[in-house]
Amino acid sequence: MATKLKPVDIAIVGLGWAGGIVAKELAATGLKIVAFERGGPRATNPDFMAPQVHDELRYSRRHELIQNLRKETLTFRNDPSQLALPMRQLGSFLPGEGVGGAGTHWSGLHWRWTEWEHKMYSGTVAKHGKSIIPADMNLQDWPIDYHELEPYYDKFEKVCGTSGKAGNLQGKKIDGGNIFEAPRANEFPNPPLTQSHNMVLFEKAARNLGYHPFPVPASNASRPYVNPDGVALGQCHYCGFCTAYGCEANAKASPHFTVIPLAHKNPNFEARTNSYVMKVNLDSRRKRAVSVTYLDAGGREFEQPADLVILAAYVFGNVHLMLHSQIGKPFDFKRNSGVVGRSYAYQSMGGVAALFPKDTYFNPFMGSGALGTWIDDFNSDNPDFAKLGFIGGGGISSGSNSGAPIGRHPTAPGSPRWGKGWKKAVVETYHRMTAVGNQGSVMSYRQNYLDLDPTYTDSFGRPMLRLTFDWQENEFRQMEFARGICANIAKEMGAEQVLSRRDRGRYSIVPYQTTHNTGGTVFGDDPRTSALNKHLQSWDVSNVFVVGSSVFPQNAGRNPTGPVGALAYRLADTLKDQYLKRPERLVTV
Amino acid sequence: MTDENNAEPKTVNRRAWLKLLGAGAATGALPIGGAAAEGAMHHPAPKAASPADEPVPVYEFLNGDEAAFVEAAVDTLIPPDDVGPGALELGVAVFIDRQLNSGYGRGDRMYLQGPFIEGTPQQGYQLRMTPSELIRNGILDVNAHVRDQYKRTFDALGEADRVAVLTQLEKREIQLPTVPTAIFFNLLYDLTMQGYFADPLHGGNKGKASWKMIGFPGIGSMYADKIEAYRNKKYMSEPMSIQDLL
Repeated sequence: MATKLKPVDIAIVGLGWAGGIVAKELAATGLKIVAFERGGPRATNPDFMAPQVHDELRYSRRHELIQNLRKETLTFRNDPSQLALPMRQLGSFLPGEGVGGAGTHWSGLHWRWTEWEHKMYSGTVAKHGKSIIPADMNLQDWPIDYHELEPYYDKFEKVCGTSGKAGNLQGKKIDGGNIFEAPRANEFPNPPLTQSHNMVLFEKAARNLGYHPFPVPASNASRPYVNPDGVALGQCHYCGFCTAYGCEANAKASPHFTVIPLAHKNPNFEARTNSYVMKVNLDSRRKRAVSVTYLDAGGREFEQPADLVILAAYVFGNVHLMLHSQIGKPFDFKRNSGVVGRSYAYQSMGGVAALFPKDTYFNPFMGSGALGTWIDDFNSDNPDFAKLGFIGGGGISSGSNSGAPIGRHPTAPGSPRWGKGWKKAVVETYHRMTAVGNQGSVMSYRQNYLDLDPTYTDSFGRPMLRLTFDWQENEFRQMEFARGICANIAKEMGAEQVLSRRDRGRYSIVPYQTTHNTGGTVFGDDPRTSALNKHLQSWDVSNVFVVGSSVFPQNAGRNPTGPVGALAYRLADTLKDQYLKRPERLVTV
Repeated sequence: MTDENNAEPKTVNRRAWLKLLGAGAATGALPIGGAAAEGAMHHPAPKAASPADEPVPVYEFLNGDEAAFVEAAVDTLIPPDDVGPGALELGVAVFIDRQLNSGYGRGDRMYLQGPFIEGTPQQGYQLRMTPSELIRNGILDVNAHVRDQYKRTFDALGEADRVAVLTQLEKREIQLPTVPTAIFFNLLYDLTMQGYFADPLHGGNKGKASWKMIGFPGIGSMYADKIEAYRNKKYMSEPMSIQDLL
């Protein structure tokens, strides 16, 4: 029997970037806010102190900062004809757990999405007509455009101390920045990071081939920086322990030392850690959320009444809570109707490895999570969709992120994997192997979706979320096209051998690919194809809002954190300026 | 390669580390004070024992038969040669023993509820065994097979036969009765690589020997002032491990 607690004004589920930003912005209103985080408290001291945090086995292999599957996981199958089975070990993606969420262990690639990436449907139809869209593809616009989000993109970059170079400043194209980016009001708060050797080669090669290379926008601070909230970020050490690790220097922007401590300065804000929210409880008419039920670390059940509930968990958490709480109509694959669980998408990670001549030294251990040089010449809607036979694109880049040797001990093709000769192959290759990668967009399809599993339950007894996903022809074509471009660049860089594999295999949950999952609680203008309206408010239960990459209708060929942060800042404004003044449906149709 | 690239003594690195902590604290970038950093540095730094002082490994998890198997297996997967040390001499069998006895080995972050159904390769691991149960059962399976074929256990085989058995396991030419061959071989392989390359804190990679072998400078360095200077130049330093810096 749940212990019923004293009511609060706002309950926030999840304390990563999305929940942390909303908490910080709303805490200033003086309203009583409780944020629930399924993991424990995290602070740079004591959790991310060097040298202990530079432990590849603990963080990169044993996943210290990642979701504990014993408590909660999902089931997976490639298509609806299969029986979904539980993800028993971590692999394909690594959702965060603990205060700061995945914001503690991200790499720091901090993008603004392009104008087209917010308007993929209308932008594509305007150029190519409706006939270019495959029948099973649920291509959909964001209900807001880039320009509406620009001030929030700007704000989030300044909070994170993003290092980069503008390529489109108020409409003026600037060589050396990303000339394909949407116009930005301001330059980045910090200059670009220092390039590694492979990045210098990539930049030169890309220019030789007529492309437009630029430094990846990195929330790894290139110099000591104090953000507009007065939070200090240290200078990045290029120590090579970034992705999967917390940063001891506070050089990698993370909610655990930026927005969340600021929320805590308000006595009306409280974070309850090690607290798993089980369900959002609705009133008898199912039109209003009245409370959330959660379990504390000891498994005791509590009911926390709240006037407003904000779901800011990872993609899977948001969708699972919506489905389990019966907020919004679940997506029905057979009828292609319903909205919650619809439009799940992912991202493809491809490209080529490149082996350079003997006595080349890339020093892969000197780097940071977001250190890279990139081209957008084949990303967004820059490729000719009609000619190439796919919709979408990919960012192509070369970076220097980690030389830690459990994960990185490459050998040349044909070398032994073990035994005699293996060590020689590793020693000969370690310093002269690099990669030119493609980060490909993934569209949404009727047959790729999330729903509740009929068989498996999590440790709390709830039906698990079921993931049904496979690569589609459109994405295979993008990957193959980009692989050709990557190979050409690698050759132009001076690679002795370009290692590339044509792979049209089914999506596998086993190897790590990327933690860029999207969709399931999409926002839009039409309640038949979106779970949320343009203000991220549930169409059905007006005091429930959802924020995170679960609201993206499909995925772009770049990282999701930039728009997640921007949407969280915009949501905070929507709540402060509109909803809290008149708590009702903000959009009527 | 120039001489100055070739040597960066440990003291310089350690000083650099302290300098960084101090600098960070001064700008408020690091959340710990200088005093805390000083205190941390006053702990006696444990020195890695030389191989001669090394006591006989005491296994926490593996029994005698299992330890003999793991020692022979890692010595076959990564044998010593003139390029670098073998996995056995670097403590990889001890590393594996410690891992199997840890929360990881006991499956504390895996989903292990039924029903257990064999899925597609894309659906991943679907057994009810934890990593330590899997290794334990796999060793029984392999030793049973080897006894059948060679009239002795795996560890008693000569080098060529050990290589032959591991190759057959890798290529799935042996069907193990309890544990799927590929899953057992891959787990043994992954654990061996992890032990060989992980920080010595975990019991393998003694003396940071694998890091020295490939030219990985360890976990204590900061490269903000080196990434440009060392473009396409060999960077060498005495690698630092976690315990070196505590």
